[in-house]
Amino acid sequence: MTSLAFDLPRLLTTAPLLRARRLTKHYGAIPAVAGVDLDVYPGEVLGIVGESGSGKSTILRLLNLEEAPDTGDYTLTIDGYRGRNLFTLDRYDRRALRVRHIGIVYQNPLHGLRMHITSSGNVAERLIMAGERRFATLRNAARDALDASEFPLARMDDIPRRLSGGMQQRVQLAKAIALQPMVLLLDEPTTGLDVSVQALVLDTLKRIQRELHVATIIVSHDLGVIRTLADRVLVMRHGRVVEHGLTDQVLDDPQDAYTQQLVAAKL
Amino acid sequence: MTLAELARPAQDYSYAFLDEFAKREVRRRILKAIAIPGHQVPYASRELPIARGWGTGGLQVTLSIAGPHDIVKVIDQGADDSVNAVNLRRFIARMTGVATTSDAQLATIIQSRHRITEERLREGQVLVLQVPDPEPLRAVEPNISLAREMHADADYALMWLGLYEQVVRFGTFMTGASYPVVVHQRYLMSPSPIPRWDTPMLHQAAHLTLLSAGREKRLYAVPPYTDVRPIEFEDVFFQVENQQGRICEQSGAVNKFMNEIPQPDGSMCYQASDTGYVEKLVRRARGEPVAIGATYYDDDGTFYHPGYLKEQEPDHR
Ligand SMILES: Nc1ncnc2c1ncn2[C@@H]1O[C@H](COP(=O)(O)OP(=O)(O)OP(=O)(O)O)[C@@H](O)[C@H]1O
Ligand SMILES: [Mg+2]
Repeated sequence: MTSLAFDLPRLLTTAPLLRARRLTKHYGAIPAVAGVDLDVYPGEVLGIVGESGSGKSTILRLLNLEEAPDTGDYTLTIDGYRGRNLFTLDRYDRRALRVRHIGIVYQNPLHGLRMHITSSGNVAERLIMAGERRFATLRNAARDALDASEFPLARMDDIPRRLSGGMQQRVQLAKAIALQPMVLLLDEPTTGLDVSVQALVLDTLKRIQRELHVATIIVSHDLGVIRTLADRVLVMRHGRVVEHGLTDQVLDDPQDAYTQQLVAAKL
Repeated sequence: MTLAELARPAQDYSYAFLDEFAKREVRRRILKAIAIPGHQVPYASRELPIARGWGTGGLQVTLSIAGPHDIVKVIDQGADDSVNAVNLRRFIARMTGVATTSDAQLATIIQSRHRITEERLREGQVLVLQVPDPEPLRAVEPNISLAREMHADADYALMWLGLYEQVVRFGTFMTGASYPVVVHQRYLMSPSPIPRWDTPMLHQAAHLTLLSAGREKRLYAVPPYTDVRPIEFEDVFFQVENQQGRICEQSGAVNKFMNEIPQPDGSMCYQASDTGYVEKLVRRARGEPVAIGATYYDDDGTFYHPGYLKEQEPDHR
């Protein structure tokens, strides 16, 4: 029994950090997410692909506790939250959890940033929300996080409105990682960027993900992005998971008819 | 016997203008406000024969708490003799029969706009501040329902984000009047548009402060001996307006809050803004016997709670 445990693959011996069961969310009659289960292990990257409207962003909004689901269980193996369905947290606990443990990068920087606040202020906000009240500490932490996101520090006090799309995404990323979260949610973080910029931002994401060893979910249309970053992948359609598995397996040898179409179209 | 004889004698107004139920409601709200320091309590703001925005909030509080034995002082920007102050004082005196004074020491109720007296108020005195905008979160959260939620959660992070931005952009805090404070370690509160100079006077004060916004229909309170802290960083401090080197040309007062008066030759001369205090200094200089109380700031500019105001090291960026 004990000797066997040593031989089991990592994913079987470690408990998932993030576990969601039967996630369901309707908008009126539209089933945006219809009974999705997912696990993410510490340090792992889970990719979510699927056509437009398949419910990818909705899943991230649910996991970021921005919206309440119709039904579903959501647990994180984090001290103080173990075993609690996070969808039942009150406003106060929810805020504390999000500030401390969940980082998110949106496709549209307008959702993730305050456009009239300096870039460093956008990052510092996260520490302020966590209760930091020393200016020097805020300043240094903002600088460090921006630096880790490979943001040009000479522009740290520019407002996001004056920055390029790639730089805005780096500010979002810096804000997401400023407190070293346990969970990182990325919603099409490179869509809309020039191809060359996209590659640079992807490099940064990859490096940070490795360094922080953070459980990550990345949503993307772009199978290239998924192949570069994700260990495992979920394929979604009409709010349901149609296929999931290791990234190479799913992308090289898709079993589901819809996945086959998707892979054939994109590659 | 006629009907007229049976009826109560005709009266133009109730005592203190407002009817008894209105005054009782305001007094109940005041009690609630005192019980929850710094928390804004809604009340049914009544019509008065002056326009909203001209001190109706403060006036309703004063009328509701005044009795015939009170002595009332009314100030507007420090002055007892401005048109507004004179009007309000005359109205209050006519409707309540109170005596009036310009001496902060003699008054039992002081209604004020934009200033607190330089002389320390004492136990038993009530300071009524007129408030144009009671919501300190309005600048960072225009949606009033969300602002209320933030008060409920004591979630004031956005205020500190605002401070961060000010220090990054200007090297210092830029808010002048209405500098936001945290009362009793709990509620963020606008102290009304008093200068920063006056803000510390609310901290651990012996007197009761009632703040009331007639247009916005909210009142709130700082009970006696309550902590009032301006928002600041642990390493970048709240500062009051620098009054060093300014001498009141009428009274010779120093280290009091000064009005700047531009001269024809382009220079600046100064007058202490608290006219009741100036008047007493002048009378004393003429040899009249006047009792002048201890002030919040002494003539060296030192505030009477040691350590409350902190020196800022230059350049913290
Ligand atoms: N706030 C909302 N109100 C109403 N319907 C919504 C809302 N948000 C999403 N939907 C609907 O839910 C479904 C899933 O949307 P979602 O944004 O999650 O898809 P997605 O997979 O992220 O798509 P895309 O690839 O275009 O970003 C869509 O039909 C969408 O129209
Ligand atoms: Mg989406």
